[in-house]
Parts: sequence; C-alpha cells; structure tokens
Amino acid sequence: MNRWLKVGRLLPILLLVAVALTGCSLTGEETGKEINIEHATPLAPQGSVADGQLSLINQSLGIMLTVLIVVFALFFYAVIRFRKRKGQDDIPKQVEGNHVLEIIWTVIPIILVTILAIPTIYYTVKFAEDYSKSKDAVQVDVTAKLYWWQFNYKNEGINTAQELVVPVDTKIAVTLTSTDVIHSFWIPGLAGKTDAAPGMVNKMYFDAKKPGIYRGKCAELCGPSHALMDFKVIVKTKEDYKAWVASMKKPAKVAKGTEKGAEIFKAKCMTCHAVDATKPGLFPNLANFGDRELVGGYLDNQGTDAKKNLTKWINDPTSVKQVSDIQKEKGLAMPTAKQLGLSDSDVEELVNYLHSLKK
Amino acid sequence: MAHAHTVKRYSGLMDWLTTVDHKKIGILYLLAGGFFFLVGGLEALLIRIQLIQPLNGFVDGQTFNELITMHGTTMIFLAAMPLIFAFMNAVVPLQIGARDVAFPFLNAVGFWTFFFGGLIVNVGWLYGGNPDAGWTNYAPLSTGFSGIGADYYAIGLQIAGIGTLVGGINFLVTIINMRAPGMTYMRMPMFTWTVFVTSFIILFAFPALAVGLVLISFDRLFDANFFNVAGGGNPVLWEHIFWIFGHPEVYILILPAFGIISEILPTFAKKRIFGYSSMIFATVLIAFLGFMVWVHHMFTVGLGPLGNALFSVSTMLIAVPTGIKIFNWIFTFWGGRIEFTTANLYALAFVPTFVMGGVTGVMLASPAADFQYHDSYFVVAHFHYVIVGGIVLGLFGGAHYWWPKMFGRKLSESLGKVTFVLFYTGFQLTFFVQHLLGLWGMPRRVYTYLPGQGWDNLNLVSTIGAFFMTAGTIVLLINIVLTTMKPKDQPADPWDGRTLEWTIPSPPQEYNFKQLPLVKSLDPLWEAKMKGEEVPAAEPLGPIHMPSPSILPFTMSVGLFIAGLGIMYANHDFVNQSVEKFFHSMIPVYAGLAIILISMFLRSVIDDHGYHIEVEELQKEV
Repeated sequence: MNRWLKVGRLLPILLLVAVALTGCSLTGEETGKEINIEHATPLAPQGSVADGQLSLINQSLGIMLTVLIVVFALFFYAVIRFRKRKGQDDIPKQVEGNHVLEIIWTVIPIILVTILAIPTIYYTVKFAEDYSKSKDAVQVDVTAKLYWWQFNYKNEGINTAQELVVPVDTKIAVTLTSTDVIHSFWIPGLAGKTDAAPGMVNKMYFDAKKPGIYRGKCAELCGPSHALMDFKVIVKTKEDYKAWVASMKKPAKVAKGTEKGAEIFKAKCMTCHAVDATKPGLFPNLANFGDRELVGGYLDNQGTDAKKNLTKWINDPTSVKQVSDIQKEKGLAMPTAKQLGLSDSDVEELVNYLHSLKK
Repeated sequence: MAHAHTVKRYSGLMDWLTTVDHKKIGILYLLAGGFFFLVGGLEALLIRIQLIQPLNGFVDGQTFNELITMHGTTMIFLAAMPLIFAFMNAVVPLQIGARDVAFPFLNAVGFWTFFFGGLIVNVGWLYGGNPDAGWTNYAPLSTGFSGIGADYYAIGLQIAGIGTLVGGINFLVTIINMRAPGMTYMRMPMFTWTVFVTSFIILFAFPALAVGLVLISFDRLFDANFFNVAGGGNPVLWEHIFWIFGHPEVYILILPAFGIISEILPTFAKKRIFGYSSMIFATVLIAFLGFMVWVHHMFTVGLGPLGNALFSVSTMLIAVPTGIKIFNWIFTFWGGRIEFTTANLYALAFVPTFVMGGVTGVMLASPAADFQYHDSYFVVAHFHYVIVGGIVLGLFGGAHYWWPKMFGRKLSESLGKVTFVLFYTGFQLTFFVQHLLGLWGMPRRVYTYLPGQGWDNLNLVSTIGAFFMTAGTIVLLINIVLTTMKPKDQPADPWDGRTLEWTIPSPPQEYNFKQLPLVKSLDPLWEAKMKGEEVPAAEPLGPIHMPSPSILPFTMSVGLFIAGLGIMYANHDFVNQSVEKFFHSMIPVYAGLAIILISMFLRSVIDDHGYHIEVEELQKEV
C-alpha cells in the first residue's frame, strides 16, 4: 500500500506542474485580463514595504524548505527501507532512545529559529516606523465603514472614498480607524494588513515604485458584503498627483446637460453624499465619482456597462451589496430609488450627473 | 446469583440515556461527534461549491458567512473535541488499568451538556438564522451587528464548554488517582500522557472562554458595554480573551492526536516508542508555551512592534519541542518492520503532513511577513494542514486502531485504504493550492471574488479536492455500516499491541479488568508477551464495585437546554404573538432552572452506593 502513499506525497509537485501548465506563473499572473490594473501580489510586490515582506517570506521559506527536505528524506527512507517484507517476522530491536540524537534535533531547530528571528525582529521594528509626523510623507486618515473606505488627506484638506490617489515614490502615512466593526486595510501588492478597529487608531505606511492602479481589500470579516469591500490605490506621477489635488480643491462644477441631475442630487442625495471634496460627507464622497473604476465594489464604472451598473445600484443598492437586517435597522444601508421617490428618468439624470463628476 | 444486583439495569434507549460506563459514553461521544463532523463537512462542501468559480451565485454573502461560522465552530467544538473525548473515554481507563473514570456520573454530565450545547449552536438551522461572525466571533460584529445567531453561539458554546471542562477535570483526577499498581507516571502510555496534559490545558483554557462568552452574552442580552466603544468598552479585549483560550485550544486538540500516533506507530513498527521521556518533555513544553503565544493571531491588531516581536519568538520556540516529536516518531519506525495497515497509513501520513502545517506555522510567526499572510488563504491552508492533516488523520487512524476494542469488530482494511487514498488525495488537492491563493492576495472568508486575479483555476482545483474528501468520507460511512453488520469476532489483541487495553476482551466487560493488572514497565503487554507470560494481576479475584446508572445527567442537561433557549428568547421579537408571550414570560428560563435544581437535589439526597458484581458471576463470565 505504500505505493499509494508515494503517489499521495507526489501530489503537491504534480499540482505545481498543473498550475504551471494552466498558464499562471508562480506569482499568480493571468494574462490578458483587466490590463489597466497592476499585477501586484505579495509574491510580486511593487513597493518597499511589500518588498521587505517578500524578502522575509523568502528567507523563512528557504529555512523551512530545508527542514521539509530533511524530514521528508528521513521519513521516506525509513518508510521504504523498514517496510515489512514477505515472510519477515523477526522482532526488531527495542531501542529506548538516543541522547546524542535528541540533542542534535533540539539544538539545530533552536539555531534555525534564531536565524529566522533576527530578520523578523528587524523588519517588524522597521515597518512599525511612524511617518505620521513626517513632512515628506502624504498623510491620509483612513476610516473603514461597512463596506466602504473613507480617505481624508489631512494636509491637503480633501476627502475621497474608495480610491486612494497617491504620488509615486513617496511614503504614504496612513492613520486607520473604523466607525462600526473591525476591518483590515490590505494592499496585497504594496503592504500587508493593519486592522481598522472602532475606538482605536493604528498607523502604517507604504509606498509604490511605479504609477498604476493597485487592488486594496478588507481582510477582516465584517458582514455579508465583506468580500465586496474593495478599494483601489491609484498611484500617479508626482506632477499628476499635484494636479489632481489642485483639481479636487476646486468647487464642484455642474457640466452642461447635467443640471437637472445636479438638482435632483441636491434634493435627494446631498444629506449623505458630498460632491465637494473639501467636505467628507456622512457616506462616500462623490467628488470624483466619474473617475472611479468600480461601483459597489465589483461592478464596472468605466466600460460599456457603466450606466447600467450605476442605475442598478441607485435603484436597489442592497441587491448589489447585501447588508444584514441589523445594519438596515441602524440606518447603514442606502435607500432604494423608490424609497427616495426617484422616477426612472430621475435616476437616468442622476447617473449622467454622477458620471460627469471627473477630476 | 441474580440477587446480587440490587440496582436497576436498563436496556435499549434507556441504557444509553442513563449509562455512566466510560466505554458507552465514549461511543456516545463518537456518535455525536461523528454526526457533527458530517454536518461540518457538508458545510465545508457548500463553501467550496460557492467558491468554485468567480462571482458564483450558489449562496449569498449572509448565507456564506453563516456557513463558514458554522463550519469552524462545528468542526472545532462539536466534532474534533467530542471525537477526542470519545477516544479519551474509550481508551484511557483501559490503558491505565482502571475500571472506570474517577467520576462516572460527572462523565455522563459532561457528555450530555456537550450534546445539548451543540444542539443550541445549531438551532439556527430551524429558527432565526445561524451565527455569522466567524468561529472567532469578533466583537462588535458579533455583539452589535449580528442577529440571534450570535446568541446561539455564545449560549450554546457556554453549555457545551461545561461538558468539556468537567470532562477535563475528570480525566485529570482519573489519571492521577486510578492508575493500576506499578504504573508510575513514567510508565504511562503516550496517549494517556497526552490526554493528561490536554486535560491540564482544558482546565486553564476553558475558563477563559467561559468568561469571554459571559461578556458577549451580557453585551447582547443585557446591553452591557464590555466590547462597545461608545459605552467605554473595547473590542480588542474579546480578541485577547478568545485567543488566550483559542491558541491552547489548538493544542488541546492536537496533543491527543499526537498521542494516538504515538500508539499506532510503535504497534505497527513492532518497536517501542523512541525517546519516551523526551516525548513527554516535548508534550509538556508545547502545552506550557501554548499559553504564551496567543498574540500571534493578532499581529495586525496594532499592539506595537515590541509585543509582536516577543510573541513571535515565543511562537517560533514551539517548533523546537514539535521537531523533537517528529524526529522521535521517525526513529520509532526506523529499524522497525512497518506494516501498512489502514491505521498505520493514517499515522504515517500524519508525520510529513503535520510537518508541512508546522513549517507554515513558523513562517506565520514572523509578524512583518504575517501582515501579508494574515486572514488570507495562506492561513486557511496552514491551519487545515494541522487540523485535517494532523487531528483528522489522527482521529481516523485512532478509529481504525481502536474500533475492534470499542465494538469487537474490525473495520474493513480494504475499504479503509480506499478512504485513505480518496481523503488524503482530496486533502492535498483542497489545501495545498490555498497556500498559493493566499500569497496571490486572496483574503479568507470572502463569499466571492472577481475574475482576472489568477485565482480561478486554483479555486476550481480546491473544490475538486473537497469532492474527493467527501467521497472518502462516504466510503468510511459505508465501511462503518458494513462493519456494524458483521459479528463481534475480534480477539483481545488483534494488532499484537503493547499496552493494557489489549489484555482484556474486545469489547471489554463493563468492569474492564477482572483483576487489576500489575505494571512493571512501559508497554506491559509487550513485555509479558516477550517473556511468554501474561500481565500479572495485582489483586486476588473479588467482588467489583460498580456505579449505578442514572438519568439525572440527562435531565440536568435538558434543563440547561431549556433555560438556555429561554434566556435567548426572553427579549426576542417573534412573529407569532403567543410564542412571544410565552418566552417573554420567562417561564422557560424558570422551568429549565427548576429541572436542573431538582436533578441536583435528587442527586444529593438519593443515597446510591452503586452495586457489586460478585465473584461467582465473574467466574461464570469466563
């Protein structure tokens, strides 16, 4: 039966081969989809923090693979070599133990653990560095809310939501908190997680090596739509970033042909949503909504379906992003178009207006 | 001499409801734990079906969260724990040469409270929705943002936890006081040793859970503010309490699995355990260190680099005693002659699989890197390698190994090997790829994901693996049913064993040992067989004192069940007015408490000294 055992043990390797054959590289790349989003994962980092984390992952993986190889070699040697053969019925020697061996396999792991502990402590302290007072860093207050992210640029005095726009090659000092349950702020390609908990302020920082759009995720279970609590980090060149900040500071303009939508917005939506980036608003600030990649965390807001998707959202937000009954009771769900008394044409005007909000 | 029995002996269902016999309680634990294992497995399968492709619509986010919460809670508290307790009950008294546990009545109380607590945790399938805040039940999601399901979790686990705690205490007392003459601590079988250490961990860890659950219940039922920031509370407090319990809990589960492996490997290698005393030392050290590593579940909470670094180092240190165990196991069968029975396949597969889970554990212990692994599929892969690759393989191995002793019948070896191949292949397919998913940025506990992130194929592979594991489990069930239909034909010592449980008939008589054995070494049966003798008796044949069966453990637990439901529904809004009136009147709470108190009163006033099995009867049963 040990033949089966061997097959079972070979599976991981077979799987790796299978994975390679299906067209993904070991860093998880899949070609040809969503080209506008940077391919960045913990294994393919694009920032100094994630770089350091990958180096630590690699060091520990190296040590651990050594351990695995030694253990597997001993294990398979013993299992194959000392299997019971046909007709064999002698009694093996009853060995009580061996002090030298015991010392060897106690001391070597201690040495390995020590080797691993040194870079661990180094990076743990390094990534805990506080840039919240640094003048060179961009200061952002991040507030996690069921199921969206609020970004407040302290020094620039502007607010946005869902898309964190930052300059390239600059430390971004993030101050994190939450107003409801515990969330966790994660940009897999740029930096690991830091929790956002109510009543608590956490600090972290990250930077990005090149401009592009990076995925951000909530990594702590927060309710039915936890999976959809997504955000983007948009890394711009330093010049583009400056221009973006300047345009965000300007008061919102109503584009031609969207005046009616703007009025409906004022009457029905303004209580919760601001279109002026200098004010946060109770719910996501929409000052640059027309620029955003997604609506509701997963529906396209830029392509051919953008209109349809936003209409769907306004008509019945909780059908796009499920909320729990208790959340509804607490007033943490957006009302439907019907509840707001919006007609189909009102919704169409609103959609046009919102998509015109670009910076 | 029938008149020797002054006590009622029940049969059929009443026998099972009133039994205080550790062997029967072990079977009850096996049945109940096995049932919940199937329920938890079904939940896992539904989870994997939902994740088979991106943007799948099999279940919605709320249902998915209920499934993951129930899967984790069920598997840890209602499947793994009772299955461990099943083997503790079935084997430990036999291994130490005892006639029962120290407190047989309490043993039955432990089982029934666990069982009714488990039912409360699952009430949500019938009414009100299930717990949905994850098995970790983090506040304030579980306090301010969850429905009545969170009460089922808190009250249900509170009641089930009573069972575990009294069970742990019972085994501590049993192992300390009831070892056969000559069985010193350093002659105890490894399984008994691990149960002994596990019972200590239960004694210190479960009270933390009990306190935490009281706080959660107070926040939910009486608007207390332990975890409510607006009321001066702190949600991180729950995380600490939960993991102060939760990390030792991992060792509560894995140490007995270590013990099972340490019984199976020597038996089928025909060699004594290598480095017995260092194995014990390692077990105790793991248990000790297990209490000072809980923050490694909370590296991202923001406790600061110094705290994180300290807990990181203490966590890495656990690798040292664990490594000692791994090498001792390998050197146990090194130089032996290994028989590939089904039980031994599980035990052998355990070793490399557990090492794979162990090395990712050391990787996770590094805080700065953990910021990337944390709450990603990498963690899911890690803990399933230690829980499925460790605990479940250990339990399956233990089931095949001790089935003849528990039931007098041997599970089919060929079907057992089919299960092993299907289950183990499925396990590797399901969980190996999850390491990569995590490193490619997939968070855990997401009910869906967008395409184009490189996750699609691996999720498909993972789901296919889950179906393999399901198939393996179904074959195991068929095996159990077929085996149950076979006659009880197993000898006392079907595996050429080494320890005392193999000296008595399979299944044993209710009194286990006609005469208590005299133990002169580790592996007394093996030593005796080598000398061509029998294990000597430590006492002459005499009447055996037995505890009486009792329905009171069952009624006490029913009382707890009713009171538990009553307290949860006392302020709950029902659609049906008369149901609401009934529960708001508090009648169920008082009725449940009355049943408990009356049962306790009866237990105190009824003077029951048990009964004796006389020598004549013992001789007749030869």
